[in-house]
Amino acid sequence: MSTIQPVAEQDQHPDVALVAQVRAGDVAAYDTLVRKYERQIFRIAQHITQNREDAEDVMQDAFLKAYEKLDQFQGNSKFYTWLVRIAVNESLMRLRKRRTGKLVSMDEDVQTDEGSVPRDFADWAPNPEQNYTQAELAEILKKTIQGLPQGFRVVFVLRDVDGLSTEETAETLGLSVPAVKSRLLRARLQLRERLTRYFGRKAPAIAQAGAAPRGDGAEA
Amino acid sequence: MTCTEFLQILDDVLDDSIAVETRTEIEAHLRKCGHCEVVLNTTRKTIEIFRCHEIYEVPTEVSARLHAKIMERCRKAK
Repeated sequence: MSTIQPVAEQDQHPDVALVAQVRAGDVAAYDTLVRKYERQIFRIAQHITQNREDAEDVMQDAFLKAYEKLDQFQGNSKFYTWLVRIAVNESLMRLRKRRTGKLVSMDEDVQTDEGSVPRDFADWAPNPEQNYTQAELAEILKKTIQGLPQGFRVVFVLRDVDGLSTEETAETLGLSVPAVKSRLLRARLQLRERLTRYFGRKAPAIAQAGAAPRGDGAEA
Repeated sequence: MTCTEFLQILDDVLDDSIAVETRTEIEAHLRKCGHCEVVLNTTRKTIEIFRCHEIYEVPTEVSARLHAKIMERCRKAK
């Protein structure tokens, strides 16, 4: 038994110890947690609210709420996914305020079938992003992702940009695993399609002929 | 494997969670279907670009101001 215990401690996520310290009254430990995640939380809030000022408010409110409610954190999930869930809810509340009470949910606009089947098969140049300045590229990426329905955008950001697992994304957003998977695929395909407008090589006329994939009826 | 079947497992291909048996089928499909190969490669690149480029960068002074505010509010809260 004595050899098992230290391994378990090593495996423990570093946030577990920090959370315990905060619970014991150590505010400096919370400072470490805030520093560790503030950029991600800001990013998620900005992606949902699409507004800088709102994102700043959400970030502050989410960290404060997490601090106040830390006693309710069960420790079944990671501190980070728990924190993200708070930030997502705060962001949706903020949106609701802007839209003067209109209900806002993660299911908004997800009924669309747009972009679920690839249509543009132009290949991309190698490292196509290098043809743009950093500022131009940021503009393209912003425009591209802002065009996604919100319910797809958030799934993509949590899963692919933030690197949460499918299960963690589902838990954070209160969605089922199949729902996350279906939204992720459609988000990825829609983003790909939109980026092809900027990064795609002009395909030769011959290659354009009959430009649908073989074996089709590809409605996903 | 048809294109539709390939699309259905595209996410698993991208996330590298494909069973070995299926992998051979996928490789065979990609060898004969240029469109699916493009979709796979460009979708992979799409994810990589979004992952590597921070589009909502917070300037250091803004980040410092927000951080200070958060900690001040937390200290007051307890």
